[in-house]
Amino acid sequence: MSGHSTYNPSNGFSRWLDARLPILRLGHDTAVSYPVPKNLNYWWTFGGILTFMLVVQIVTGVVLAMHYVPTTAGAFASVEHIMRDVNFGWVLRYTHANGASMFFIAVYIHMFRGLYYGSYKAPREVLWILGCLIYLLMMATAFFGYVLPWGQMSFWGATVITNLFGAIPVVGQSIATWLWGGFAIGDPTINRFFSLHYLFPFLIAGVVILHIWALHVTGQNNPAGVEVKNKDQDTLPFTPYATVKDAFGLSVFLIMFAYFVFFAPNSLGDVENYSVANPLKTPLHIVPEWYLLPFYAILRAVPSKIGGVLLMFGAIAVLFVLPWLDTSKVRSARFRPLFKQFFWLHLVVCFALGWCGAQMPDNVLFSVGSIDFTVTYFARILAFYYFFHFLVLFPLLGLIERPKPVPESIAASVLGGNAAAAKA
Amino acid sequence: MADTHAAEPTRRDFLYVATGAFAAIGAGAAVWPLIDQMNPDASVLALASIELDIGAVPVGQEITVKWRGKPVFVRHRTEKEIQEADAVDISELRDPQTDDARLVKGVDGKLHPEWLILIGICTHLGCIPLAYKGEYDGYFCPCHGSVYDTSGRIRKGPAPLNLAVPPYEFVSATKIKIG
Amino acid sequence: MKMKMIQKLSIAVAFATVTAGAALLPVPAAHAEGAEAHFEHMNWSFNGPFGTFDRSQLRRGYKVYKEVCSTCHSMEFMHFRNLAEEGGPEFSDAQVKALAAGYKVQDGPDQAGDMFERPGKPQDAFPSPFPNPEAAAASLGAAPPDLSLIAKAREGGADYIHALLTGYKDAPAGVTVPNGGHYNPVFVAGNGFIAMPPPLSDGQVDYEDGTPNTLDQMSQDVAAFLTWTAEPKLEARHRIGFQIMIYLLALAGLLFFATRKVWSDQH
Repeated sequence: MSGHSTYNPSNGFSRWLDARLPILRLGHDTAVSYPVPKNLNYWWTFGGILTFMLVVQIVTGVVLAMHYVPTTAGAFASVEHIMRDVNFGWVLRYTHANGASMFFIAVYIHMFRGLYYGSYKAPREVLWILGCLIYLLMMATAFFGYVLPWGQMSFWGATVITNLFGAIPVVGQSIATWLWGGFAIGDPTINRFFSLHYLFPFLIAGVVILHIWALHVTGQNNPAGVEVKNKDQDTLPFTPYATVKDAFGLSVFLIMFAYFVFFAPNSLGDVENYSVANPLKTPLHIVPEWYLLPFYAILRAVPSKIGGVLLMFGAIAVLFVLPWLDTSKVRSARFRPLFKQFFWLHLVVCFALGWCGAQMPDNVLFSVGSIDFTVTYFARILAFYYFFHFLVLFPLLGLIERPKPVPESIAASVLGGNAAAAKA
Repeated sequence: MADTHAAEPTRRDFLYVATGAFAAIGAGAAVWPLIDQMNPDASVLALASIELDIGAVPVGQEITVKWRGKPVFVRHRTEKEIQEADAVDISELRDPQTDDARLVKGVDGKLHPEWLILIGICTHLGCIPLAYKGEYDGYFCPCHGSVYDTSGRIRKGPAPLNLAVPPYEFVSATKIKIG
Repeated sequence: MKMKMIQKLSIAVAFATVTAGAALLPVPAAHAEGAEAHFEHMNWSFNGPFGTFDRSQLRRGYKVYKEVCSTCHSMEFMHFRNLAEEGGPEFSDAQVKALAAGYKVQDGPDQAGDMFERPGKPQDAFPSPFPNPEAAAASLGAAPPDLSLIAKAREGGADYIHALLTGYKDAPAGVTVPNGGHYNPVFVAGNGFIAMPPPLSDGQVDYEDGTPNTLDQMSQDVAAFLTWTAEPKLEARHRIGFQIMIYLLALAGLLFFATRKVWSDQH
């Protein structure tokens, strides 16, 4: 995909700069002349949306940091000061808080797109791994950030998660103490979490640059899963085709974002976080933010503490090795009828795991005779399927399924009309 | 399609230009809150003006209050101090100002020369001058030797301007609102 | 292009579903064993995307807070000047000054190093009935929560507050009320027993605007007032949100046509 640069500096200044720091050339090659498959659908606009969201979070975060006080005595009040007194403070805070949720909605869509169309498969393994790394950094950033308002859920959610490290044999308690800077979450903790929360997004930005670089080496995958064979027939220049399409996708996404910020700003949060942290009073129901719920469900499903921790991190770790688990020669689920069914099942399982994460573990869903089918029981089945899907089905399906015929080329799939236009 | 290119450049360009302009307007509007959040917030603005009961300051004495983080001198001048301030030849001053020009009318519509309200920051490099010191019994700045008279006007030393008068008004005969 | 429409439609439907799902479906919060209060969903003036506060209701609500609730409940994030701000009860500056001056506020230290009392000013915070939660708990048995954010800190918000204040009733037969507790089935957090005695009764607060001062009315008014203290920017948020939505819909429309135009040279 990375061919020769076609950039031609059009004026004296551009020529002068190009000979000294070819940054305009880089911009041109990356976002103007860069060839993009013709057949990309709107699921491919989420990369651009994610980049936009990263900028939004960094910008709103930096200005919020001008007013936030990272101490146990001052944090909650400083957030209220932002909401009440700082000019447009309420817009900045609600944008940043809901922006995190929007960031995760976008990243999940982006990841599931990758799973569906086989974007993780060779030669895009490094691209996929960098993406998993970004996802991991996002979760860490969100975790640190949620502690900062110092509400009940900030404190108790952080207590639960950092206590997990205590489960590690031998060194666990020392690690927990080291994370806390004390014997429980307190002033040292909130201060360092603030520092790390400010730092991590810039690490994310760095990995995003690598991610885009890796992408531009191999070029985009596409809905047909067929590699680009002929640049002129199969691709279009990024500008104006992808630029305007990404902009449209972004504008629709912003409508959803604006709805949350202005009309339902607290709907994705927890009411408990509007009560200031009280180390002597545990909330009835400790829950992380929605985007961490599936992993929380897996954590709680396992009866042993260390087992739960291992499986929770394992659920993320397994993503990194997907490129080597899938044995199929065909990339896109469009042409993999069995894989496609299990994809949808897996998606439903992820939603269901998320739902479980929000429930009280001992809630009984229904009873059969004397057996109570609890949330935990349900979560165990779902967690089992989650691992089964990646560790067993990914290798197995590639071997046993009979894929549909794959189009000759991207151009063929676009011109092919009905066959290729069949709904994904 | 060569035809389309030549035939309808206006319509197509207009759509792109309109879209681009519309997007730019939105981006510009989005930038304003990011800038305005650095402006003084409501809690700071609430302290932007103070009301002061000056009735308790006896004649010939001065108090210092804090206003917007700065010291403000409130001096209850004696007849002698007022006369000395009025007697000065304006043309001799580095920063020519009559004493009356540095006063504010009360609720009765008349000037009250017995009240001198000044921002207590030397106009040279910002030190706080000492009251009732210096040749004119006005103010003396110990940092570099600026001397001000009983109207707070610079008479000697390096300061370029008279001590500033803050914006204030009389709420009643014995109460002023600064800021 | 047919396929594009289907793609766009499915995205739009997906977004709408996510949005509706998140906004309409309450995040399943746990309920204590047994008590699950169902309370009335009132028709608040501030409900919905175009909701606004009823100024007179906020003023009545403030009066209820001031004369009844503030004896035990602090409101640490409210300042007197907030009462004059746009989007709230909108008392005049003079009224706020007079209101504030009616309170004694601690200030200092003075030149001698002592703390002293002075009349309140608009920039002062609402004074707290107790110096700290420990003193409150020592005096009353349990520390009454601060009310600045209570409408956002409890499921159900204003509906819950109204239901709680009107929810006191005699304990049903066979149910023993623990010492210091009062039976109120709305108080799920305490399994139906709350330490606060019924704070309101008919006719307790005089309303200057002639509104009947029934228990229900006072409960509604103070619930609305507490919604404002928790969310003073609600009206600005709705107003600006509406403008932004119109703008974004127009922008999306323009971009839709621009995209179609750019792609029109592809089949």
